[in-house]
Amino acid sequence: MNNKKRFFAVPYVVWMTAFIIIPLLIVVYYGLTNVDGKFTMENILAMFTPINMKALVYSLLLSFISTVICLLLAYPLAMILRNADLKSSSFIIFIFILPMWMNFLLRTISWQTLLENNGVLNTILSALHLPKQHIINTPYAIVLGMVYNFLPFMVLPIYNTLVKIDDNVINAARDLGANSYQTFSKITWPLSLPGVISGITMVFVPSLTTFVISDLLGGGKVHLIGNVIEQEFKFKYDWNMGSGLSLVLMVFVLISMAFVTKYDKDMEGTNVW
Amino acid sequence: MVRKLSRRVYLTVMLIFLYAPILTLVVLSFNASKSRAKWGGFTLKWYKQLFSNEETLNALYTTLLIAFLSALIAVILGTLASIAMNSMKKKPRALLMAITNIPMLNADIVTGISLMLLFIFVNVVFRTRIRLGFTTVLLAHITFNIPYVILSVMPKLRQINKNTYEAALDLGASPIYAFYKVILPEIFPGILSGFLLAFTMSLDDFTITYFTTGPGIETLSTQIYTEVRKGIQPEIYALSTLMFAAVLLLLVFVNRKSAVKEKE
Repeated sequence: MNNKKRFFAVPYVVWMTAFIIIPLLIVVYYGLTNVDGKFTMENILAMFTPINMKALVYSLLLSFISTVICLLLAYPLAMILRNADLKSSSFIIFIFILPMWMNFLLRTISWQTLLENNGVLNTILSALHLPKQHIINTPYAIVLGMVYNFLPFMVLPIYNTLVKIDDNVINAARDLGANSYQTFSKITWPLSLPGVISGITMVFVPSLTTFVISDLLGGGKVHLIGNVIEQEFKFKYDWNMGSGLSLVLMVFVLISMAFVTKYDKDMEGTNVW
Repeated sequence: MVRKLSRRVYLTVMLIFLYAPILTLVVLSFNASKSRAKWGGFTLKWYKQLFSNEETLNALYTTLLIAFLSALIAVILGTLASIAMNSMKKKPRALLMAITNIPMLNADIVTGISLMLLFIFVNVVFRTRIRLGFTTVLLAHITFNIPYVILSVMPKLRQINKNTYEAALDLGASPIYAFYKVILPEIFPGILSGFLLAFTMSLDDFTITYFTTGPGIETLSTQIYTEVRKGIQPEIYALSTLMFAAVLLLLVFVNRKSAVKEKE
């Protein structure tokens, strides 16, 4: 019977080959050839021109900052949710899935209203006699947009690894004389590491490659590597150049994937839902 | 005591952070002024105008149709694949799971670009005339939705006691009958949450749609993106508020129902 069951995977394997693997190979093909279909390294090396390099370094910097902030915000939140001893996961779904029914672009745009010079935040600040903050159209706004949009992808994997920790393990550590700090550093943190690694990847990769958030909250002043690639495809129609730059970007994605597979062998962290 | 209070405060602050933009959009949907920055008084006119705004209604229809079809097809392919993977040995299963993880871990922009290049490449090589539009967006959405289904169904399959299925076979059930009576009821919650998740992801996607869509077809996401520069029609805020309220009510209703069931 099991032999027959295996054939159920055939449509899936065909589908994923046609729409995931072959398309990626086509990106490699376009990235390594020029318009005439001849082999070239030009499109890859284009990443090292000053303009593109600046965009890449800036993207790496902003996505690194966003990932760190997400981790710092998400870990306590995941701990609180774990200790809240929820009977069902519906509360988690409530907080993190529900916002997705308001379009991603709209959610991001509405930060403009909140952050504008005469926006909601500054109105509150001046009512409290605090100095106005100029955030919109600066890198700060982009980091905020990244943290806001990708925070759930940090909270959910960490939460998932934390709920799996048996209370008895923690109690045993306490009984054996460990203080809260020791319990955390010796028990909770190591056991939650797969979730942390998954979370880091799932925040870092979309932050590194976004072009929408920088577009909407950066006011066109901040050019990230995602914007460069989007321009190549949508305005310059230079698919070879766009593919070449995407391949360089893929290197960072692959490094992240390798990390996840190393630390999260059962993929329990990516199983966020 | 202090600890409990600080937890409460932290949770509240995070909820405000997550929901402030949403609240803003709800408020904007009642704003008489067309500008996002000014409050011009309370109005319901955007809700009235929404139902005569054909452009937005069309985009809504396309968005919902793509979300529904892509989630449905992803559920069928994903569930079959999960059943197959569950009966595989460790190595082939690990390989298939690795493939499943590619669209989840890869950058959306790369997935979008690669699919767009696929359609262009097929046109060049096979001299076909696939036009970027509804079909290509649908194919793309099915592709990124399948992993969500597999990740929802797989854990449920692993929990099933294999003996119950074999017992059904021993008692004379055909494999199909045994599947319907034994396996399906067990994995159905996983299939349902996979479907809802896939539907939501499709609804919320912009990047992949943006690269695989073509002229003449608009989803809500792509319409909003083109409107960002010339100013967003407030009808969209009204529509989003309605969609959000509908899902909120649905979730509350489902929760109530399952809470009542638990009590009984």
